[in-house]
Amino acid sequence: MRILIPLLAVVVLIAIGTVGGGGARYLFFVVLPYAGLAIFVLGIVYRVIHWARSPVPFRIPTSCGQQKSLPWIRSNNQENPHNMLGVIWRMILEVLFFRSLFRNTTTEIRQGPPRVLHNPDKWLWASSLLFHWSLLIILVRHFKYFVEPVPNWIIGLQNLDGFFQIGLPVLLLTDIVVVGALSYLVLRRLWEAKLRYISLPADYFALFLLLGITGSGIYLRYFDKSDITLAKQLGTGLLSFAPVVPEGLGATFGVHLFLVSILLAYIPLSKLVHMAGVFMSPTRNMVNNNRWERHVNPWDYPVTVHTYEEYEDEFRDVMKAAELPVEKD
Amino acid sequence: MSEKLKKPQELAQVEFKPAPQGWMDPTVEFRKGTWNYAAVPETLEYLDLPYPRKWQPTDDDWQLPDGWEQIILTGMRERLKKYRSFQVFMDCCVRCGACADKCHYFIGSGDPKNMPVLRAELLRSVYRNDFTTAGKILGSIAGGRKLTVGVLKEWFYYFYQCTECRRCSVFCPYGIDTAEITMMARELMNLVGLSIEWICTPLSNCFRTGNHLGIQPHGFKDSIEFAVDELEEITGIRVDAPINKKGAEILFIAPSADYFASPHYFTLLGYLALFHEIGLDYTWSSYASEGGNFGLFHSTEMIKRLNAKMYAEAKRLGVKWILGGECGHMWRVIHQYMNTLNGPADFLETPRSPITGTTFDHASSTKMVHITEFTADLIRNNKLNLDPSRNDHWRTTFHDSCNPARAMGLLEEPRYIIKSVCNNFFEMPENTIREQTFCCGSGAGLGTDENMEMRMRGGMPRANAVQFVHDEHDVNLLLCICAIDKATLSPLMEYWVPEVEVGGIHEMVGNALIMKGEKERDVDLRGQDLSGKTHADESPAGGSQEEVAANA
Amino acid sequence: MHDAGKVTIGLVIFLALVSAPFWYNLSSGRASYTPEVEYPKDAESCVRDSAYMAAHHMDLLDEWRDQVIRDGQRFEETPDGGRRECSLTNTCLGCHVSKEKFCDRCHLYMGVEPYCWECHIIPEEL
Repeated sequence: MRILIPLLAVVVLIAIGTVGGGGARYLFFVVLPYAGLAIFVLGIVYRVIHWARSPVPFRIPTSCGQQKSLPWIRSNNQENPHNMLGVIWRMILEVLFFRSLFRNTTTEIRQGPPRVLHNPDKWLWASSLLFHWSLLIILVRHFKYFVEPVPNWIIGLQNLDGFFQIGLPVLLLTDIVVVGALSYLVLRRLWEAKLRYISLPADYFALFLLLGITGSGIYLRYFDKSDITLAKQLGTGLLSFAPVVPEGLGATFGVHLFLVSILLAYIPLSKLVHMAGVFMSPTRNMVNNNRWERHVNPWDYPVTVHTYEEYEDEFRDVMKAAELPVEKD
Repeated sequence: MSEKLKKPQELAQVEFKPAPQGWMDPTVEFRKGTWNYAAVPETLEYLDLPYPRKWQPTDDDWQLPDGWEQIILTGMRERLKKYRSFQVFMDCCVRCGACADKCHYFIGSGDPKNMPVLRAELLRSVYRNDFTTAGKILGSIAGGRKLTVGVLKEWFYYFYQCTECRRCSVFCPYGIDTAEITMMARELMNLVGLSIEWICTPLSNCFRTGNHLGIQPHGFKDSIEFAVDELEEITGIRVDAPINKKGAEILFIAPSADYFASPHYFTLLGYLALFHEIGLDYTWSSYASEGGNFGLFHSTEMIKRLNAKMYAEAKRLGVKWILGGECGHMWRVIHQYMNTLNGPADFLETPRSPITGTTFDHASSTKMVHITEFTADLIRNNKLNLDPSRNDHWRTTFHDSCNPARAMGLLEEPRYIIKSVCNNFFEMPENTIREQTFCCGSGAGLGTDENMEMRMRGGMPRANAVQFVHDEHDVNLLLCICAIDKATLSPLMEYWVPEVEVGGIHEMVGNALIMKGEKERDVDLRGQDLSGKTHADESPAGGSQEEVAANA
Repeated sequence: MHDAGKVTIGLVIFLALVSAPFWYNLSSGRASYTPEVEYPKDAESCVRDSAYMAAHHMDLLDEWRDQVIRDGQRFEETPDGGRRECSLTNTCLGCHVSKEKFCDRCHLYMGVEPYCWECHIIPEEL
């Protein structure tokens, strides 16, 4: 059920996209993309502001390296930042290269005399890095459909992506990589008992949706080709607030665009909001300078404490008997 | 140790193959050896905490107050608004599973709800159900669960099977810190009077007497004096150990187990010897006679209520700065909470070593220095006359305590000291030390006898790494800088690697330290004969009830 | 500590990135531009129908290339029983005399840089 429901949901979305691409074109090619984009932008902004409204009462970075203490001990500003530069560097590594995932290990218990082994495991790191980077490159590549004139660097990126010049239109590496990586991410959830256990319908839905998008995109590029200048007319029209709905874009295109609209809207409403959340994580984005710079908690309030006077009042006699100094005799 | 505990070989038969039907239906079995006794009502009453009552987790009826669901949900809303960490961590998890097999409790038990992601999901499912649009509409399809007694019982079981060690947060791509989530969950359970005895008794003790053990001032003085006598017997030197001395330069605060439990006690002897040798003008305090702070395992408010004593006492005694002893969670509180909660400590000065003249600028705001920072500086400046060969009967390894490692980054200071005072030092495998260190399995208030099976399971990854260096290098002493470690690693070693004992770094310092005018040392601080080349296998530190209890 | 400043900077960067293509189109003023290709005035029909060619010309060229290079078949039959050379230079560019006014118009518009011209000469440039 956890797998079937999201699969069904994506199939239904594909069906809707197929029908919509043929029928209600203005709705599917203009209204829904705009709605998706609006929900995406406003949703992310809303979520970030919502997070920011909760203060960070304590400075709680996870220190993954040597602290800054004595001058002759080399501190690790990258894994345990002691200034803003360190934090920025840490965040760059985290966001662009998934530093923390790179540490991943797989635990195995070998029997006999029991041995707990922590085997390095870069599969999750590699597949998610490849997936995210491919998706980013694909997204950037797509701007050729949305802006005129096409900037040279986008063309350069596209040529790099098609470096091997296989087939016509040339095979883009990211197309292969993104599907491969996504498939791995799906398969590990199905294969590995631990992952199957923790996976929710939403986890599968996101992956199936992305597979639907990349799949329909690949189908459009290599199999169900159409006059792509029409797609660009739609794209530039949308991105200049002068939408035109050209004739001649087929059902597959409808599916592709519809799924993208859904994805855009889905991001801020779901776990996919991690794209913004990663920047807000207090264990990663804070300087570990607690002992030389005081962090203020905005909602700090006074609490009942047991004062020394109360303590001495209770124990004065025994303190005096033990010849411990007291404040009052 | 519980007689019913399985043999190590059997306990290690762990499979990471959770049942296929998933976790959405709350199920929990309070199996003997895997949970902690409920807090006794008197302690809650003493601390003015809500809903004190007599109950046990095995009871069918937990006598929850009317409207408990609302109390918890309201508490949750408040905390989502007060802690960005909580809010972001509830929203961001993608369930990638990177954290899953990083938790010592999962590795040792194979219980899938001990995967950090799932532990968080126990709470997150309620969050989704009551605080997100998708959850409100789609319910369980969106991963939402209604807060029921079953869910609450699950919370109690699994959030008291997390030691807040933060190892998972090292591996999480978003830095999601289960410690943070566990702290929130425990605060929520406190709201309806659910806590454990092992946390609340030390809390009320500490509130009243100044230390977790409930030792009154005269008892405290006796303990210190006893140590002074003992040190005299070993070294021939009678040291001064002032208590509540006004106008001393430095206030020294150590975890109370150091003066009451074994093997902590030998570390205490090390402190006393060191302070005497360098002529430190310092004082102990009976009012602030606890470095540890079980508030960390209870609630932010309790952290503050207990921690307040440190600055208050420093002010009353008129010291210049504070020196802190070997303790793990104590240093998380000092490093990440104290200054915010009870600072600024403007009445103190930036710590400066009176011996070397080194200014500890990195503590210029908290005004509190870790003893390994202090001692490392002494050694670096050649202020100590050391004979590391007096530790040659030990082949040592070092266990990074969770909090100094992952909530501070105190990694090199202790190693520098060990290498200066011991000739035989061997690191455990790299995935088990430094920021990836494994918990002792008994932190965060879970070091009870009734929880012994879970402790042995949770400690397995650590013990196994010790086993490795024992096999490879004949290691026979596991050093650490944490009072809970010293207390709980002892029975852990006895169970998994009985050939290895547990000690503190300043015990090693005390052994190696050549004191002016000392007599020929024929025994180490444990009273073990130094004339023989190898030490006796007799363990001075048993795991008896009192001793284990003493480290609360 | 709400980090209002940092969060604002982050959101501004996010909004700038998202809106960048809109600004780009606005500033270039070419968003409504559609390429106009120059069709041959004297040719009656193309090798395939024009809708097919708009979407699939690269398939045809790919097919021709394989056919000519691998199988040595330089010619294909036309529907009226004639013969046609499978040649980009001779056949395609024979009618579409200006690469610049035909091929390039759309290719530039779509940001496509086909590698045809790495081998093929362009008659008009001779």
